[in-house]
Amino acid sequence: MDWTFIQRFTPMYAEAALLTLRMGLTGIALSMAVGLLCCLAQHYRLPALRQIARAYIELARNTPLLVQLFFLYFGLPKVGVRLSSETCAVIGLTFLGGAYMAEAFRSGLEAVDKTQREAGECLGLTGLQNLRYVIFPQALATAVPAVCANVIFLTKETSVFSAVALADLMYVAKDLIGMYYKTDEALLMLVAAYLVLLLPISVVFSWLERRLRYAGFGRAA
Amino acid sequence: MANPLLEVRHISKGFDGTGVLEDVSLTVHEGEVLVVVGPSGCGKSTLLRCINGLERIDSGEILLRGKPITGEKRDLVAVRQKVGMVFQSYDLFPHMDVMGNLLLGPTKALRRPKAEVEAEAMAMLKRVGLEEKAHALPRTLSGGQKQRVALVRAMLMKPEMLLLDEITAALDPEMVREVLNVVLDLAKEGMTMAIVTHEMRFAEAVADRVIFLEGGVIVEEGAPAQFFHHPKTERARQFLNTFVYEAAKKQSENSADA
Ligand SMILES: Nc1ncnc2c1ncn2[C@@H]1O[C@H](COP(=O)(O)OP(=O)(O)OP(=O)(O)O)[C@@H](O)[C@H]1O
Ligand SMILES: [Mg+2]
Repeated sequence: MDWTFIQRFTPMYAEAALLTLRMGLTGIALSMAVGLLCCLAQHYRLPALRQIARAYIELARNTPLLVQLFFLYFGLPKVGVRLSSETCAVIGLTFLGGAYMAEAFRSGLEAVDKTQREAGECLGLTGLQNLRYVIFPQALATAVPAVCANVIFLTKETSVFSAVALADLMYVAKDLIGMYYKTDEALLMLVAAYLVLLLPISVVFSWLERRLRYAGFGRAA
Repeated sequence: MANPLLEVRHISKGFDGTGVLEDVSLTVHEGEVLVVVGPSGCGKSTLLRCINGLERIDSGEILLRGKPITGEKRDLVAVRQKVGMVFQSYDLFPHMDVMGNLLLGPTKALRRPKAEVEAEAMAMLKRVGLEEKAHALPRTLSGGQKQRVALVRAMLMKPEMLLLDEITAALDPEMVREVLNVVLDLAKEGMTMAIVTHEMRFAEAVADRVIFLEGGVIVEEGAPAQFFHHPKTERARQFLNTFVYEAAKKQSENSADA
């Protein structure tokens, strides 16, 4: 093992990790927004929008992210739309993640007892107030484990960003292997970088899930 | 008699083509307690749910203080702020403590200042013997306690009328009384109520008027003393007899236990 090599290229990995993190976080935040909209369109059976949401979810969940990225990066320029690597990465991740988040939120909403909505209505709450104070907090508590799993899944999916020439972790590792043939070192640092990114998220999420469980959220009164 | 507060005129309601309520009409006057009894599945819950718009009626009309609350232009939020409802299953919000449950309607729907409502809520909790539970989570309460909180939650909206749907049906016998006492108290204070119950003794004690519903139609209507002791119709008599039988059965079971 060549430790000077590792030392020399650690800053490069750190930079790539930050890029991965930035793209990942942006994509995940947008995924949640898209997921929420889709889930609401389905939950409230909004005509047309609901079918569109369903079709989108099936499409996004049944095609690999790599294919989606290729479509954005190599396909769209053929029809005159040229997007940067970063834009492609964020759009691709959002496209994929939105569908998974929609399903996670939907399972949360469905777990809230119908009588809870009625109880809120009986207090004269408007539809929005009922959502905000009664339904969402409970739905979210139920959805948290699935949402956390999605966040970790999507962060890992960022490893295909290198396919659209984004200088992320995977890209750096491949680069170094290509240039210096230090396969072991490059891969070791790659694994370490992903662990550094994901372990803290994982730990925070387990804590969050435990906390919500003990708070008795999502259980009928 | 005082003014009619609630008028239900010839309403019908069905689910997927099967009629549940057929041409039901009734009036509840201010300060009056109407009790609705009838066999399981006869449409009692549906009737109450139609009144505050949880179910949409197929035909007929419902008026609150003379103003229609059904039809195209209805404002359900406004109606529900005036007509409170409590269910068999309490339906407290599990993610809020008792005080949170109590404050939500008055502060959000009625936009009243929190401090003011909080003081009222504490006073009401005290009245039903739950002041030390103000900051407990619903899941830590007994069924009877939950149901008393649900009653207080509905009352804090200062409704013109309360609808109670079998609020003791899910309770253990020893908790039934603590809940019914609260309702009797409310009745004494002149709260207008429509109550669905299977507790016949309670029904007789609390009712100003009784309606017997069967198969979605009103079969008999009358004063409690008359209805419970000298029912006019054969069907009401049969219905009341099942309770005599159940009471006798319970008694013999109890003595067998002893
Ligand atoms: N949402 C619904 N969809 C279809 N059918 C329903 C629905 N709600 C009630 N019903 C039917 O309407 C009839 C009356 O129901 P309802 O709940 O009003 O009876 P109930 O008198 O309250 O009975 P119980 O004493 O058992 O509570 C029943 O046959 C029931 O199956
Ligand atoms: Mg019922």
